[in-house]
Amino acid sequence: MAETPISRGFKSRRAEQTPKDRLPPGQYVTTDFPVLSAGPTPQIKVESWTLALQLHGSLLRKWSWAEFEALPQTTVKTDIHCVTKWSKLDTTWQGVTFGDLLKAVGLTDPPEPYIMAHSDGGYTTNIPVADLVDGKGMIATRYEGLPVLPSHGGPARLFVPHLYFWKSAKWVRRLQFMETDEGGFWESLGYHNYGDPWKEQRYDGD
Amino acid sequence: MTETAPGRRLDWQLAQVREIAVETFRVKSLLLQVPGWQGHLSGQHVDIRLTAEDGYQAQRSYSISSPPEDELLTLTVEKVDNGEVSPYLVDDLRAGDQFELRGPIGRYFVWTVATVWPLWLIAGGSCIAPLMAMLRHRARRKARIPALLIYSSRSLEDVIYREELDAMASHDPDLRVVNTLTRKQPTGWAGHRRRIDKELLADACFQPGQNPEIFVCGPTSLVETVSSLLVELGHDPLGIKTERFGPSGAAS
Repeated sequence: MAETPISRGFKSRRAEQTPKDRLPPGQYVTTDFPVLSAGPTPQIKVESWTLALQLHGSLLRKWSWAEFEALPQTTVKTDIHCVTKWSKLDTTWQGVTFGDLLKAVGLTDPPEPYIMAHSDGGYTTNIPVADLVDGKGMIATRYEGLPVLPSHGGPARLFVPHLYFWKSAKWVRRLQFMETDEGGFWESLGYHNYGDPWKEQRYDGD
Repeated sequence: MTETAPGRRLDWQLAQVREIAVETFRVKSLLLQVPGWQGHLSGQHVDIRLTAEDGYQAQRSYSISSPPEDELLTLTVEKVDNGEVSPYLVDDLRAGDQFELRGPIGRYFVWTVATVWPLWLIAGGSCIAPLMAMLRHRARRKARIPALLIYSSRSLEDVIYREELDAMASHDPDLRVVNTLTRKQPTGWAGHRRRIDKELLADACFQPGQNPEIFVCGPTSLVETVSSLLVELGHDPLGIKTERFGPSGAAS
């Protein structure tokens, strides 16, 4: 495109600059925790909550809340990046890693290379399995030591912090192995298929 | 408007400010000329990028408030105290200035007249912008689809597009505009004076059996409350589309 126009008089109003290696391009730091969802927040009771792991159409395993809570717990402290431009630094999440879920069903190697995450309310998102293993992805049930609030995806949300946060599907209920990659909800509506914040992969074609 | 072909990048484009309209004491509309604009659907947004003299850049998202039929692309911006981008857009920007934008973005929170279901819009404050694009689209097309806007503002002075909404509703028997003023009401105000609650949503509004297409846009607390109440009232959660704006969400 043409030369970038300078906005006269526009300057950074940030009191302190976040180090460049902490903030992906086009992002800014926020200290609160905005809520972005496409529809109403579902009110999910843990008594009736289950999480299913599926291979194509068949069920590998289904956990009740109590069974899920008994799985090994992992805590991570890291930054999160929303495609709507805000980033939040040093957030602490606790849950069960994808690797520990696989271990719990006796899988040493993932059977397929892609996952579709399905949520209450019909939301879906697709993620390569390689982005979930080795501690890269988990099902998170605690945020800063407290149960994840319904508006932030509680009782359980996917947590894949190295991708834009729409990939960390709220209210996740089912993880489905897929042989071929398919777009989820936002991925089919103009957003990027993979969503790497450091490459600024916000929209289709980025 | 045609759908963007898969894989086609949304490039940054130059936008020139043609006119600035004062909407309220803290809200302005920027009327932009965007050469080569590919068109949009009502409800979509754009990303804008400002560049400082030292090369510092900031990006934010703003909803489009103009309908696809208009020549100029309009963004309606509320000044957020201590914000970085909105005070510049509201206080410093002048007609003739240029900045970069790319879009349109979002293909879910959109509405076109190619529908048979009633249109129910619920807005809080400046989050009315994308919903206004829908009402303007409906008006430009002279569509007779029944429509209802419930609009929550702090005071009468905070009601954005007040004259235009009044004029629209007075010429259109199929459109109803319900204002509620939550903090301050003028003397003799006969309308609602409380936050949107269950009674207001149940009272003389579309019933679940009418399958309204519902769009709720406002601060997070308003959207959480209203969308939960709509589900309680029997509306299909999948028929309720929401956009939430926190203090540092898309509207900052």
